[in-house]
Amino acid sequence: MAAVQGGMGDADIKTDIKTEPSADGFGNNNANDGRVLSASPGSTPVTPEDQQTLLAVLQFLKKNKLTESVEILRREAGLPENSLDPKANESAGAGSGGAAGIVDLEGGDASSLLSRVTGSSSAGAQAPTKGTVQSGSGRDQPDVSVVLSAYSQQGDPTLYKVYYRDLKKFIETVLDCHRAELSQVFYPLFVHMYLELVYNNHESEAKAFFEKFSGDQECYYEEDLRILSGLTKKEHMRGNETLLDFRTSKFVLRISRDSYQLLKRHLQERQNNQIWNIIQEHLYIDIFDGMPRSKSQIDAMSGSLAGEAKREANKTKVYYGLLKEPEIELPLDDEDEEAENEEGKPKKKKPKKDSVGSKSKKQDPNAPSQNRIPLPELKDSDKLDKIMYMKEATKRIRLGPDNLPSVCFYTFLNAYQGLTAVDLTDDSSLIAGGFADSTVRVWSVTPKKLRKVKSAADLNLIDKESDDVLERIMDEKTASESKIMYGHSGPVYGISFSPDRNYLLSSSEDGTVRLWSLLTFTCLVAYKGHNYPVWDTQFSPYGYYFVSGGHDRVARLWATDHYQPLRIFSGHLADITCTRFHPNSNYVATGSSDRTIRLWDVLSGNCVRIFTGHKGPIHSLAFSPNGKFLASGATDGRVLLWDIGHGLMVGELKGHTDTIYSLRFSRDGEILASGSMDNTVRLWDAMKAFDDLETDDFTAATGHIHLQDNSQELLLGTYTTKSTPVIHLHFTRRNLLLAAGVSQL
Amino acid sequence: MADREERRFAEVSRESVRLMAEGAGVELGDDVAALLAEDVCYRLREATQSSSQFMRHAKRRKLTVEDFNRALRWSNVEAICGYGAQDALPFRSVKEGELFFVEDRDVNLVELALATNIPKGCAETMVRVNVSYLDGKGNLEPQGTVPTAVQSLSDDLLKYYQQITRAILGEDPHLMKVALLDLQSNSKIAALLPYFVYVISGVKSVSHDLEQLNRLMHMVKSLVQNPYLYLGSYVRSLVSSVMYCILEPLAASINPLNDHWTLRDYAALLLSHIFWTHGDLVSGLYHQILLSLQKVLSDPVRPLCSHYGAVVGLHALGWKAVERVLFPHLPAYWANLQAVLDDYSVSNAQVKADGHKVYGAILVAVERLLKMKALSLSQSAEGQSGAHPGSVVGAVSYRVNSPGLSPPPEPLSEAALGIASHLQVGGAGCHWEEWTPVPLPAMYCELYSFFGDSLAVRFSTGTGFGTHSPCTPSQLSDSRKEPPGPASNLDTTRKMPQLTANLNISPRQDGSPRTDPPPPSLSGPGSLPRASSMQRSRSSSSCSRQRSAGLSREVFPKARFTSPQTTPPAFSFLIGGRQMGQRCQGRRPFQTMFATTPPVSAIPPRTYAHKLPVIGRVGKPVRRWTCSHYSLHLPL
Repeated sequence: MAAVQGGMGDADIKTDIKTEPSADGFGNNNANDGRVLSASPGSTPVTPEDQQTLLAVLQFLKKNKLTESVEILRREAGLPENSLDPKANESAGAGSGGAAGIVDLEGGDASSLLSRVTGSSSAGAQAPTKGTVQSGSGRDQPDVSVVLSAYSQQGDPTLYKVYYRDLKKFIETVLDCHRAELSQVFYPLFVHMYLELVYNNHESEAKAFFEKFSGDQECYYEEDLRILSGLTKKEHMRGNETLLDFRTSKFVLRISRDSYQLLKRHLQERQNNQIWNIIQEHLYIDIFDGMPRSKSQIDAMSGSLAGEAKREANKTKVYYGLLKEPEIELPLDDEDEEAENEEGKPKKKKPKKDSVGSKSKKQDPNAPSQNRIPLPELKDSDKLDKIMYMKEATKRIRLGPDNLPSVCFYTFLNAYQGLTAVDLTDDSSLIAGGFADSTVRVWSVTPKKLRKVKSAADLNLIDKESDDVLERIMDEKTASESKIMYGHSGPVYGISFSPDRNYLLSSSEDGTVRLWSLLTFTCLVAYKGHNYPVWDTQFSPYGYYFVSGGHDRVARLWATDHYQPLRIFSGHLADITCTRFHPNSNYVATGSSDRTIRLWDVLSGNCVRIFTGHKGPIHSLAFSPNGKFLASGATDGRVLLWDIGHGLMVGELKGHTDTIYSLRFSRDGEILASGSMDNTVRLWDAMKAFDDLETDDFTAATGHIHLQDNSQELLLGTYTTKSTPVIHLHFTRRNLLLAAGVSQL
Repeated sequence: MADREERRFAEVSRESVRLMAEGAGVELGDDVAALLAEDVCYRLREATQSSSQFMRHAKRRKLTVEDFNRALRWSNVEAICGYGAQDALPFRSVKEGELFFVEDRDVNLVELALATNIPKGCAETMVRVNVSYLDGKGNLEPQGTVPTAVQSLSDDLLKYYQQITRAILGEDPHLMKVALLDLQSNSKIAALLPYFVYVISGVKSVSHDLEQLNRLMHMVKSLVQNPYLYLGSYVRSLVSSVMYCILEPLAASINPLNDHWTLRDYAALLLSHIFWTHGDLVSGLYHQILLSLQKVLSDPVRPLCSHYGAVVGLHALGWKAVERVLFPHLPAYWANLQAVLDDYSVSNAQVKADGHKVYGAILVAVERLLKMKALSLSQSAEGQSGAHPGSVVGAVSYRVNSPGLSPPPEPLSEAALGIASHLQVGGAGCHWEEWTPVPLPAMYCELYSFFGDSLAVRFSTGTGFGTHSPCTPSQLSDSRKEPPGPASNLDTTRKMPQLTANLNISPRQDGSPRTDPPPPSLSGPGSLPRASSMQRSRSSSSCSRQRSAGLSREVFPKARFTSPQTTPPAFSFLIGGRQMGQRCQGRRPFQTMFATTPPVSAIPPRTYAHKLPVIGRVGKPVRRWTCSHYSLHLPL
């Protein structure tokens, strides 16, 4: 997909830039969003790093003659008028690296620098955007020019092999406890040295180097190595995705202080400047005090495109608690009780309900304040639905290792392998499918048929005061089991029902996200912003907001009544493949092809967590119902469990043999179900996985995680289909597991 | 790149690039072509990489042309058209030019446009739900799965197999019944069929144990009746096992106390059942069976119980089988049998008893043959009015088969392959190829010459058919007197009285009707009428059998001399007629009448010698007997 950017003309990119950061992101916040998200980024304390990145953006905008945007951003960020002056910039105390970059850009030779490597300004566009949002990365954010120029440094190409072998020999001879840690250096070093050779037109040396040492790399980098191996010419580097990632971000390694000292001493002794330079310029070494980590500990966390997450990246406080449920009187409840009285088992439910009620009244200390982000007010229909939900909840089956859920499978027939996305409403009454032929189809899975609202003329005739007006507006003549909605011009990759079942979102290859009304079965809005395929979209659990992410590597937060995004979450180094809302709607998790998961704060737009450990693109995410944990599934067939509060991996579930496309916690969070391309649904004992955690260990937070390999204990069941990959899972309100897929027979 | 040793990726050679350039009218230098080739490879790889992303997001395993085109489109490259077909495109090579190309046939648009068979649209996409797992347990049988014999045995099946075989061969009769019932109705045991067949083929190893043999035969019956089983070529194996029980001189039959006759009867019934229901599965089966039966019959060394088996087997296969095999054989066989029956020595008592059994069986068979033949004749006569009832008729009847009773005509050349020893391969000394149907009157004459009045079937041959089929009632009483009236035949020599004396001694009666094989148990829908008719004929014959048993010895030699062409006696109705008139009620007076004449009379006894120790079920069937008679009293 790299060619996507490479192939675009400069002019295109420019306009792209013009609209994106200024109008979409920030201008929007200012101009019309005060009501929606009252807290603007300006209100948060601006750290020096933030300020610096802001400056970089301002600089960029100014250079592109976007004075109005400059003004708005400056006002928003609360920066002084003169902050754009390079000298003031220096005096502002910002880190020298970033400033130097800005100076370079300003200085006019930036374009030549840029073009030297990328040949287009796409990298330039990339960098500022990233810098804007990525938190705590200001100082380490590699300045474009520095990174690029680094490749022009010429060492003796024939010596590269020697250097590398030298280092390899050294690392093989160090003490066992350090060896694993230092071995982390191999991969980034290998890649950068190879690229340097290629960049400097030493094709044959590069090939020889690759062939000699590529076999040493960890197996989980195989995919990247394959891409690298094809790349043998300087021209190929132009616009290559993987390369861009390597150039624009530092590869992060976590190494204990002792190990680092060893390495440093060795390199200095040998006068091995070539390698030392690369380490200095392309690697970020996160040094910690304490025991060096073991091989397995390192392997658990590595594998992402840009190394591990820095420790600081996961330090921010995350309010993972749930919001207080609004109190709703249950007018129907008495009826219900009476009914149950008749049935002869009345008393049991009552205390339970009370306890539930009292629990929700207490404010969770980890929960965000109720109005941290503004949420839509509950409508009457929402309240009714809540009541329905609570009534259903009382009939919920308590799941556990001894009480596994029943599974119902929804098989899509005659879909000709064209089914690309599935979603079910929370009450399991509707099922929607997105198809490769650009259509969106909705089925009713209850006997209740789907009906459209009457035409405007007919609606005029209705008595609007009547009690059953909602029933009267429906046109019986249109009743059918399913409805097809046309509008997209590409496969529909993501689909999501609104919680109130009035809307449906779909994201497509055509770059748009569409909002459909389930009352009229027509398209209401097409949200344009991603100019590339949108891989996933999801409604907030409270409705109104939704998130989307796609090939352009950014996730966007939208509100249904705004045609432009409210927030842009940028930082992933590759496509965003899946997006999920936290149950309290204050955070958004995104999984990406760069094999990381990021958690974003909806309020500030900052990235508050980076989870690394997957060895392949992440295709499914699920928050536990209590909001504390996150489960992720990837093409590597593993499910990883994360503690959001501590920002640590807490479990690894091995068993699937193919991509996991769907993850879902049971309603009470006791069981995690995973559905995969390997035609199985597996059930995991989530209770046990989370209960066994020794949370005290987390305070150390050096990344010393101790994962027991207890997948087999946690695996409660494996349910196979005949030949149907499981692409969606859903627990009904009573904890019946619904699975969906299309038969591949 | 072309000179790289390790080719990990598909590569486009510079020659190809140059060729393509030539095709576009451009001359390329070597180095340019090499560069281009390398770049093309790289771009292709890149596009493939990004197209796989579309595949992943479409949640598919198969990369489609569409995916690739999307990748191209997003790289601002024109999509490639014309490769959207689902089927693989054939990739051809031309040897001479080292050219490879995708075959691209012209499409005749006119034909396409004028085609009348406009393809219907695809079926509509829909969602179907089914409960896959209930309470997390048990994989509910996925709908529409077809159990196949190739599937390996699951634990469940293995357990089932063990339980079933244990139950059937075990002690508990109740358990056995349940197991047999399940075997008969279980739809999921296809995979076990070979195992069961193997178990059944173990008949040879238990030939000393009548009980086990019986159980195995029951097992065969259950398998045969299971509507969900496709027996296929296992039919051979089953038939072979059944034939073993019919024909072999079982170890169990050494002891005269063992009622192996019943087993043979039952097995014969089973044989016919298998044959009629599954005979079409194996070609040539009918003739193979006939051949092996014939071989046994014509082998004088074989013990009488084997002969008995052969006769009941033929009988079970239908009257045509009897006509073709038994009837032509009868003159030859008769001599042997006669010798046995005529030997009054004490040492021969047992053998003689067996001989009577065979005699009875033959009688039953030929009576039925006569009846059926007459029936078919009358039917065909009805069909072709004015048809001569004489010699023509036989041929006709051969063709006009009474439905359900005629075996599928099989080419005799069909050789039996790989059959167990009990299915004979055609050929050896069988003379039926040149067999020609004997006209009924001639047949009757001949048979009469053997059996005399023992033949319960009576024809007034001169007047035609459709006469009475007196099923001579079986009697309980020991009365062996018989209204002598019927003796008013031409053949006055056939005097019964003197023959009767030895009859009450003969132990053969234990095989007679009372101990009739339990045809009702073979209650397949198709088998029922046959079974019952069999019973009937058997019953009728059994009494006559006794009668004739004595008779034969005298009669036999004489009969030989009576020319078949001499007008058959007008022996009509004398027994039968009386009975017929009163239908079934007639039997009681009939019976009592006999009872009142205790002195030994001319006619052989229609009694069952209850005194015989062998008989197991002497008293009980009386009632049933009459009843069955009642219901079976069909007009011929």
